[in-house]
Amino acid sequence: MRFLLDAEQRAFAASLDAMLTAADTPSVAREWGRGERTRGCALWSRLAGAGVFALAVPEKHGGLGPRPVELVAAFVELGRHAVPGPLAETVAAAVLLADLPEPGPAERLLPALASGAAMASVAWRGGFAPDGDAATVRLALGPDGLRLSPGPGRVRPSLDPARRLAALEPGGALLCADPPTARALGHARLVTAAQALGVGQALLARTVAHVGRRTQFGVPVGSFQAVKHRLADARIALEFARPLVLGAALTLDRRDVAAAKVAACEAAYGTARAALQLHGAIGYTAEDDLSLWLTKARALLNAWGAPAQCRAEVLLGAGDRR
Amino acid sequence: MDLTHTAADEAFRAEARAWLRARVPRDPLPSLETGEGFAAHRRWEAELAGARWSAVHWPEEYGGRGASLVRWLLFEEEYWAAGAPGRVNQNGISLLAPTLFDHGTAHQRARVLPSMATGEVVWAQAWSEPEAGSDLAALRARAVRADGGWLLSGHKTWSSRAAFADRAFGLFRTGPDTDRPHEGLTYLMFDLRAPGVTVRPIARLDGLPAFAELFLDEVFVPDEDVIGECGQGWRIAMSTAGNERGLMLRSPGRFLAGAERLHRLWRERGRPRAARDGVADALIGARAYQLFTYAAAARVLDGERLGPESSLNKVFWSEYDVALHETALDVLGADGEAADTDWAERYVFSLAGPLYAGTNEIQRDIIAERLLGLPRGRR
Repeated sequence: MRFLLDAEQRAFAASLDAMLTAADTPSVAREWGRGERTRGCALWSRLAGAGVFALAVPEKHGGLGPRPVELVAAFVELGRHAVPGPLAETVAAAVLLADLPEPGPAERLLPALASGAAMASVAWRGGFAPDGDAATVRLALGPDGLRLSPGPGRVRPSLDPARRLAALEPGGALLCADPPTARALGHARLVTAAQALGVGQALLARTVAHVGRRTQFGVPVGSFQAVKHRLADARIALEFARPLVLGAALTLDRRDVAAAKVAACEAAYGTARAALQLHGAIGYTAEDDLSLWLTKARALLNAWGAPAQCRAEVLLGAGDRR
Repeated sequence: MDLTHTAADEAFRAEARAWLRARVPRDPLPSLETGEGFAAHRRWEAELAGARWSAVHWPEEYGGRGASLVRWLLFEEEYWAAGAPGRVNQNGISLLAPTLFDHGTAHQRARVLPSMATGEVVWAQAWSEPEAGSDLAALRARAVRADGGWLLSGHKTWSSRAAFADRAFGLFRTGPDTDRPHEGLTYLMFDLRAPGVTVRPIARLDGLPAFAELFLDEVFVPDEDVIGECGQGWRIAMSTAGNERGLMLRSPGRFLAGAERLHRLWRERGRPRAARDGVADALIGARAYQLFTYAAAARVLDGERLGPESSLNKVFWSEYDVALHETALDVLGADGEAADTDWAERYVFSLAGPLYAGTNEIQRDIIAERLLGLPRGRR
């Protein structure tokens, strides 16, 4: 047993980190939120070029997958840099299509998802399709099966300005009347947990930097215990969520995935609340980049299974696993 | 990266499981914080040691099995899953023994460890003093040079298990006195039954004498019971504290078993909705702690030392343990008030976790200053 990322996996994450730092991702996210998608689509292509989406696509359809551990390592970086776009949804779509009993849709659509030529979103059982207006592959999972939706339908804003919530137009081609969905849901939850973990890590790092700089009463506010202890608690929550995310990527057990989702998303959201409080009023502004992560932490908390749903899953048949 | 154990490690696990299944007492032993229970737990330690299960990670020459860190973790998972008794010599095994491995002499190890493994000598910790708690370096108990050894005088307190234990280890001021309180301290072992020692048991919240005050009046300690160099006690003690907070004091197996027990109780009691989140969080937290520890073990095997990271551990498990037992009492409803249950005793025990082994406030300071890099400030 060796429960640590290997050197290659760490190098892959570090290369994405470097790419996303150089790309000035926060400004890309702001443009994306205004509907200006040129740079966002270019960044998407570069991520695809690095293999991020291919990790979720089987080799026979032009991918490198399934490689859930690498996928999780990548999604932590996507969260850390607040990358915009239907990230978890593209993974969910890839797994959903790969698992269809008829190979046609997978053969037609998956190579483009792996290469980054297409971006996918999914409306899961009547929910919104995040960034469904930007996606070129729009899947709707409804009571009569899985359909390829003809258009985004009504689009509403999200609490996270970098996300837009599309209702998806009804109708469209029926891909499968009774598609297998468990693996797609598991992967979507898993990568959302990883993304949230990265969001939480970024919030903590930015807040630590802020309280080290900001002085009041003649000293950095980060020297006060009330501030330190709140950040220590954020660090603890994130540190203990991380092995759950990596462990779930290894086992893909639905209880492990649900546990990772609750722990990572709640750790990220708790860190967001601490970050807002400790930044003071500047953190409450849209103009400070902190807002990109603050609002995403809230959006991801309920995406792909709210905490109550995931806790219910943890309790389902939790047995005597050691 | 993987979570699978080797066939040899699984065989070790199976051997432990089979032995424990055959030997763990069917009925729980009386509380180890009573004279009768202490004696029963001591006998259990002897039984464990007879099959070399009491300190599996020690070298064979001291009564262990030379087990790897991973095997120790597997043993602990099996031990607590089997519902086996609490470990009366925990402080010796997880605090003093690592100190002897790092800083003691071969002679000290040969003298101390075998009788620790069998429970023949049970150890208490003598660190805190009335005026030295979180600010441990403010301690005042002294060791004064005497012919062939030292004479200890002073007042130690909150010494867990000391009401019934045989020997103790702690820090004493040997000087020279400077304005730096961390200097001039020495790490010593002493006999709790030696002339000059008065033990006054202290009743914890439920009235049981779980700890004690120690009054020392010129208690003789031979030179052979000084651990490490004279005057280096602080550095040695802090390496012990790292161990305590780190991997060994509270293994994941204990909490995995606790979470399973809670989950069972919740189902038996008709799955009360109000406790649902608490039960789920107990299962999630136990798994998180298990995986966190597996990762830490992998890093230790790579040659890393766990430094301030062990403070993350200490806060996590101690608060986790309280929350788990609070949830259990909630599930029990009105019955949760009854003090004569295992749940009640475990609840009372859990309440001390955020206090001992360095309060959680001190741990959060360590996390903030040494892991996050925030500036030092007034405590």
